Amino acid sequence: MAAAEEASRPFAGLSDVSISEDIPVEGDISVPVGPSTRRDEEFSTLDEPVKETILRDLRAVGNKFIHVLYPKRSTALLRDWDLWGPLLLCVTLALLLQGGAADSDDQGGPQFAEVFVIIWFGSIIITLNSKLLGGTISFFQSLCVLGYCILPLTVAMAVCRIVLVGGSGTVSFAVRLVVVTASFGWSTFASTAFLTDSQPAERKALVVYPVFLFYFVIGWMILTFSPSQ
Amino acid sequence: MASTNDPFQFQEFEEAGNLLEANRDAVTISIEEDNIKPDKQRKAAGFTPDGDDEDPLASDDKTELLSGPNKSVPFWTFEYYQRFFDIETHHVKERIIGSVLPWPGKNFVHVHLRRNPDLYGPFWICTTLVFAIAISGNISNFLVHLGKPNYKYTPEFRKVTIAATAIFSYAWFVPLALWGLLLWRNNKIMNLVSYSFMEIVCVYGYSLAIYIPAVVLWIIPYEWLRWCSIVVAVCLSGSVLVMTFWPAVRDDHPKVIIAILSAIAVLNILLAVGCKAYFFSKPEAVLPADSSAATGLTKAPSST
Repeated sequence: MAAAEEASRPFAGLSDVSISEDIPVEGDISVPVGPSTRRDEEFSTLDEPVKETILRDLRAVGNKFIHVLYPKRSTALLRDWDLWGPLLLCVTLALLLQGGAADSDDQGGPQFAEVFVIIWFGSIIITLNSKLLGGTISFFQSLCVLGYCILPLTVAMAVCRIVLVGGSGTVSFAVRLVVVTASFGWSTFASTAFLTDSQPAERKALVVYPVFLFYFVIGWMILTFSPSQ
Repeated sequence: MASTNDPFQFQEFEEAGNLLEANRDAVTISIEEDNIKPDKQRKAAGFTPDGDDEDPLASDDKTELLSGPNKSVPFWTFEYYQRFFDIETHHVKERIIGSVLPWPGKNFVHVHLRRNPDLYGPFWICTTLVFAIAISGNISNFLVHLGKPNYKYTPEFRKVTIAATAIFSYAWFVPLALWGLLLWRNNKIMNLVSYSFMEIVCVYGYSLAIYIPAVVLWIIPYEWLRWCSIVVAVCLSGSVLVMTFWPAVRDDHPKVIIAILSAIAVLNILLAVGCKAYFFSKPEAVLPADSSAATGLTKAPSST
């Protein structure tokens, strides 16, 4: 008995240790297939109707429009970036800027391609600038934010064209000036609300100034649009 | 114990450390000095095994990387250009103020740049100036032709391209030429001060900052005001440039000094006057009287 006790005493401490028989070892050593619910969704998008696919993307774009119109600190634009919205806005703005004094002679307003080039190259240069200054935002996220924040200016362009239908005198110019200034301020404010979080504090002004210049130039293009007579 | 002349002899670790020290008497601390002689004998024999060459090179790279801002990053990587954006908002403000208000004792490069030239200032000042010229020119043309009945307002976007070409070539090709010229003179005469290409680009970029308010002033269609502001702007920006490059050329032949400094000043003046002449039309005060007289004359024969 004493010998048995002595024999068992070295193992007495083992009952405190977790490697005891009453805790079963269980698990699955097969290779995981991946998050199964996402896989199911991805597999089934082939079968869904085209309307559903398009509406899903349009809903995402529309959601981001709402985030631009009411800019509060949210990461919706940054997390799920897409470039459909900027493309849509760019094409709309370029189309609305057509039909001006440009078509008749050389020294007119911007052509369709010029608006495209200004918007996309301007966005790329501002993105490069913010990355060179040490920003943590990625390239396409920044393009996405800058493109979506053109929405107020596009709305202002539509309003300007409606106002110009009524006449192009001083009153209409004053109204257009107010509308374009307000939407330019809105665009700049919305984009800085998204972009400045990724910059260190002492460089924020260096990042905001090019954005300000970019929207100022677009606002100038909208304000100086004069319809052909 | 084995003969050190045998190249296939297994090398002890201490020997590699001393080989390092014998190769470039640099940072390593010599602990055992009695092993240096066999290494030197080996070198005198003219045979340096390849395996040992990698150790000095590896630590060479390491000490260079650890030595701070003098890393040699190739120019096709992103990090190379990030070096030129290593500034903060107050630095940019100080540099702009330093370029607008030149002080006789303060050299722009030494006081403000301090071995840290940036590309942010020159690029965005040039871009702002391009758009300022195009927009101000457009507004001033509009104001000049305001009363005329047959004037149709056009935004004139072609002029943005022309302005951009003019300003960016001034801000990049003139510094390139000046840098090449100073390098060539440096070979002939040992100057105390030599500027790198980026520093020259930086000075030229910031010297254009004074033109932005001047160009906005040119909207007002009074010739005397335009000429006053051109003279002030040219004096300020020219003096910044001349004072910056004076230390780099003062040891040179007097004729060369005059040639270089006057070339800098003349190019500056040409840019200012050229922009004013091309983008801003002169206010024509006499023409409305002439045109009404002309219409009076043409009306009189037709009424008969």
